[in-house]
Amino acid sequence: MRMVFADTLLELAKQDERICLITPDMGYGILDKFQKTFPKRYFNLGITEQNCMSVASGMALNGLKPYVYSIIPFVVHRCLEQIRVDVSYMNTDVKIIGVGSGFEYGAAGATHHGTEDISMMRALPNMTICAPGDNYEMVEIAKLTAKTKDPTYIRIGRHNHGILNHNKIELSKASIIEQGKEIALIATGNMLPVAYDFAQELKKENINPTLISMHTIKPIDKECILKLINDGYKIYTFEEHTIIGGLGSAVAEIIAESGQKATFKRIGINDKYSHVVGSAQYIREQFKLDIKGVIEQCC
Amino acid sequence: MHKKIRELILKCANRSKASHVGSALSIVEILEALYFNVANISKDNFNKPDRDRIILSKGHGSLALYATLALKNIIPMEALDKYLVDGGVLPCHIDMQSANGLEASTGSLGHGLGIAEGFVLSNRLKNINSRIFVIIGDGEFQEGSIMEALNSIGSLKLNEITVILDNNKFQASAATKDVADVNNYEKIFSAFGFDVESVDGHNVDLLTKALNKKSQKPTAIIANTLKGKGFSFMEDTLESHYIKIDDEKMKIGLTELENV
Repeated sequence: MRMVFADTLLELAKQDERICLITPDMGYGILDKFQKTFPKRYFNLGITEQNCMSVASGMALNGLKPYVYSIIPFVVHRCLEQIRVDVSYMNTDVKIIGVGSGFEYGAAGATHHGTEDISMMRALPNMTICAPGDNYEMVEIAKLTAKTKDPTYIRIGRHNHGILNHNKIELSKASIIEQGKEIALIATGNMLPVAYDFAQELKKENINPTLISMHTIKPIDKECILKLINDGYKIYTFEEHTIIGGLGSAVAEIIAESGQKATFKRIGINDKYSHVVGSAQYIREQFKLDIKGVIEQCC
Repeated sequence: MHKKIRELILKCANRSKASHVGSALSIVEILEALYFNVANISKDNFNKPDRDRIILSKGHGSLALYATLALKNIIPMEALDKYLVDGGVLPCHIDMQSANGLEASTGSLGHGLGIAEGFVLSNRLKNINSRIFVIIGDGEFQEGSIMEALNSIGSLKLNEITVILDNNKFQASAATKDVADVNNYEKIFSAFGFDVESVDGHNVDLLTKALNKKSQKPTAIIANTLKGKGFSFMEDTLESHYIKIDDEKMKIGLTELENV
């Protein structure tokens, strides 16, 4: 998925000379084409995440469109205060690209896992947050966000499945992947294919859930969720992220203020770091975020 | 001009009863030299892409900047009446949306150098060769992000950047020398590839001369200053960071200014 992003950004950069790419020494093998095509617009500023974010802010104030690319904990948490002041508060057109959402960098350990980034970024005013669930969403989100002037965080994960979203994508508009009834599965990022597989399992039991891709987590599609509540859906959220402050929390906030009752469950990481040694998939299994674990948690 | 800037600072501080007065008073001559003698910034070009830029990275010294911008007719003199009062216009720490001529929102320390680097890298892409001046504090120099920025600016030889270190020798809670090694500024700047010069930070002519020097490297100017400069009741004290200018202090202060 990160390669799809890099290819899309390269195409966008051919059309928009304001686009620049900053990396604190990440993206080996991923950003090479951009670097070769636009050497003057590619900046490896060294392992200096805080400074990279301030530099991006300065470039944006000066009319450019900088993208800052790194692994999530380094491009979000390491420089969160720079994001807060130089990007969010100053409302600069900086695009923050975090790769390795959830447990994607499984074997690398929790220092490299992106499991609390949505919560932190959601709290920042002016910030748009997107998490594509398939490569089609990745391409469309890259293109759509390139047109905005808003501070934006794009959370990139894995892709080892087919295209699930065949809708026209609009930012802040949930995509209905499958229309069903009574049960709504709302997924973001890496969990979209898992939720899709779960939906297929439910169908075998003659249960037809509605499957929704929430590719934009902020501003969230409130209207879509309110409709689900009004229509009496039982709502499940799926995210490879802590259940505190992410997609599940965003949906819970809407339910809580709707004045109506809804049956609701958050599927995600239950307020824990991984100390598991193993691949991403192995860790997902331990956290019950694979299809088997999701069935166990939901049924 | 520095006399006029100090008078405005004193009056604003009296009206608002705000702190950080000492932090503003130490950079008065630096701002005079920059805005009136060196930088290409005026009421006619402050929005033009090719202007020089001044970033007050030690954003808590904002009062001196507001006073200077008012004297440059970049912000209206009346805006100073609205410094840090309820429903006012100009905040204690700089919000770039609050008035013209503010290049960045600062107040959290250690941000200005990176933003300056972003200005220069983007200017180079646009073939603009303007100068970027960043005023940092001696306490601010302790921030880790400063080291990241110096390393990067020095490595990339961004000679459009001039850093002015306001060496007023006090930070928020202590004398700077009691917290960090204050004898290594020159060594650190040099090691990162800067040309370095130490000057009397209250001598406008010497500051102007130092600021006008051209170099192939980025430049650092250690401006040796006094916190709370110009007023006997706070000069060279830690307390000047917090002092409230009541009517009596203002009266004494204005008399002292007249007698300079």
